[in-house]
Amino acid sequence: MSPQLQAAFALLPEYLGWHVLLSVSALALGLAISLPLAVAASRSARLRWPVLALASLIQTIPSLALLALFYPLLLALSVLSVSLVGRGFSALGFLPSLLALTLYSILPILRNGVTGITGVDPAISEAADGVGMTAREKLFQVELPLAAPVIMAGIRTAAVWTIGAATLSTPVGQTSLGNYIFSGLQTENWVFVLFGCAASAILAMAADQLLGLIETGARMRRRRLVIVGLVGIVLGACAAMAPLVQFGKPSTYVVGAKNFSEQYILAELIADRLERTGAAVSRKEDLGSAVAYRALAAGEIDVYVDYSGTLWTGVLGRTDNPGRKAVLGQLSTGLKRRDGVLVLGSLGFENTYAFAMRADRATALGVASLTDLAREAPRLTLGTDIEFLSRPEWKAVDAAYGLKFRNKRSFQPTFMYRALSGGDADVISAFSSDGRIAADKLVILSDPKGAIPPYDAVILISPKRAGDKRFVDALRPLIGAIPVGAMQAANYSVDRDMDKATPAQAARTLEP
Amino acid sequence: MSAAAIELIGVSRRYGTVIALDGIKLAVRQGEFVALVGGSGSGKTTLLKTINGLIRPDAGRITVAGEDVAGVAPHLLRRRIGYVFQETGLFPHLTVAENIAITPRLLGWDIERMARRVIELLSLVALPADVSGRTPSELSGGQRQRVGLARALAAEPTLMLMDEPFGALDPLTRDSLGIDYRTLHDRLGLTTIMVTHDIAEAVLLADRVVVLAAGRILADGTPAHLLATTSDPTVRALLEAPKRQAERLRERLGA
Repeated sequence: MSPQLQAAFALLPEYLGWHVLLSVSALALGLAISLPLAVAASRSARLRWPVLALASLIQTIPSLALLALFYPLLLALSVLSVSLVGRGFSALGFLPSLLALTLYSILPILRNGVTGITGVDPAISEAADGVGMTAREKLFQVELPLAAPVIMAGIRTAAVWTIGAATLSTPVGQTSLGNYIFSGLQTENWVFVLFGCAASAILAMAADQLLGLIETGARMRRRRLVIVGLVGIVLGACAAMAPLVQFGKPSTYVVGAKNFSEQYILAELIADRLERTGAAVSRKEDLGSAVAYRALAAGEIDVYVDYSGTLWTGVLGRTDNPGRKAVLGQLSTGLKRRDGVLVLGSLGFENTYAFAMRADRATALGVASLTDLAREAPRLTLGTDIEFLSRPEWKAVDAAYGLKFRNKRSFQPTFMYRALSGGDADVISAFSSDGRIAADKLVILSDPKGAIPPYDAVILISPKRAGDKRFVDALRPLIGAIPVGAMQAANYSVDRDMDKATPAQAARTLEP
Repeated sequence: MSAAAIELIGVSRRYGTVIALDGIKLAVRQGEFVALVGGSGSGKTTLLKTINGLIRPDAGRITVAGEDVAGVAPHLLRRRIGYVFQETGLFPHLTVAENIAITPRLLGWDIERMARRVIELLSLVALPADVSGRTPSELSGGQRQRVGLARALAAEPTLMLMDEPFGALDPLTRDSLGIDYRTLHDRLGLTTIMVTHDIAEAVLLADRVVVLAAGRILADGTPAHLLATTSDPTVRALLEAPKRQAERLRERLGA
């Protein structure tokens, strides 16, 4: 078995366990909400329309957006709860995922429930009244048993949707089979991506088949089939969740990471140092860029690495560029005052937008700086990642140097580097700590006017841990300990196509 | 036997602008077998359903065994009254035995008593004991209607309401089931109200025929008395039809 496949299998018990726990909880909660709602809606035509319309409306919200929306909502509720009862709750991870998936599971169960109950033959319904049943007896002894096959079909649909959508809970900090897919996409580890897709597909099919057994049993009135299906589901779910007993124990420290290779590697490095103090550490990876800082300020995560320029514009809302040192200094005081967040210091390298060219091309054209580039630009093609041309950095550079390129093309990062080496682009917007800069022997053009803000990688520590001496002391040796070359090499070992290293392996090469 | 088992006083019911019952006054004595006849829309089924509370009248008073039904919880009232449907209304997800024992179960009988009652009823409605484990879909139409009858009789009611009970059956089954039921009616001392659109059936089975049209009672009495006394041409035509039919049958069959 390939080492990547081995690595994927090693993570399976934890990822699958969480995925199943999340799906089962969401479905159970969804059932508890939608079945009574279906009964009420089937009784009252006036209630039926608004309830079904609302459920359909929820379904039209893209699942990723629904998950993302719950985070700020819960965060606000948690803050409110702190001010009211003195206790908050975690707005990240399980809770937002559970709520979003629950909402998602409602429509199929609700709709089939209403269809099933209202579809009971009126003669049978009248017979139930005629033999002397109360409304409740009629519901449980006649209507629900007769509607059971249709309701089960709805539950099957809900189960498949929920299991599929649960992969999207990774970006809000909930471990799931989506971790394979999201981290695989970022590190271009296609084995992981396929493994994640296959695992969730197999899980969905297994659940569907077992629920199908119950549906068939209900339709053909074969109690044994129903029991076999139920036992299968209970056993399967318990077996999948069993490993969580060991993973689920509360960890002392939580390390966060955004969704790209460098972040995974640095999170591993930090986690390793904390573990050496004897603490239990868990990771919340693939956090959205905006989510990460807020999660830290709220104490959802204890530590992560961010970049000074991102915080400078994104959190402090500044647009000026007083220089690397001043930015770091003002950031430290600013974040401390604003959120109580501790900026421990810079790791020693920058990950900034950098204009890169092939060495031979740069020499031939006599280009070493952005000023030189402005002169040659009308004859050149710029290759960028998807978002660069809409970012403030590009506007700042364009305003400072007046770059009028012959042509501008956007690529996925991998293809951007290929375009440069293949001559489809003459200059690209690279990340300065990207391993491919060194590997492809690219030249970084200097920025004499200082148009691009500094992007020093800094360790941020949550207000909760800022005074934790053991915690801070464990991380302090990392400050200034990672030169850009070392980070480039580590990133490259994870990003390259052949002989990929895992983030944890790459992290070991950065140990100070 | 003269106490009124059922009494309706001024019972009216309308659906929107359509008048289904228009001030019905009717008293049924204990032990009587009454047939309600009339065309579709005459109000006969509505009248039947007001007695066990499946339909609430807009006005008027209904008493069962001297008790005003408006003061009784409908489900408790219905457990005391046997009810037979045209479409049988058997529960498709329950076995024959479970269908028959449904009202006793709602009344909280113990399992043994229910099992005994099912066996007793199967023989009463002339069904073999081995059908008890089958589902309704595995029975013939006549067998299903016998099960429906057994279910209505299960909780030992003294009052039976029947809505076109034999309407969907073939003529032979219909005839034998009708005769069987009449025998049961006499043997168990039941009071029966049967809705039918078949005047011949009404004349053959019932002691008393009540003719309804547009929510009013047109005629009420024994078949012979009605034929002798009625001045209403509709009622006369209705009652003479089976007689003429019988005469024609005799001629053609040469009996």
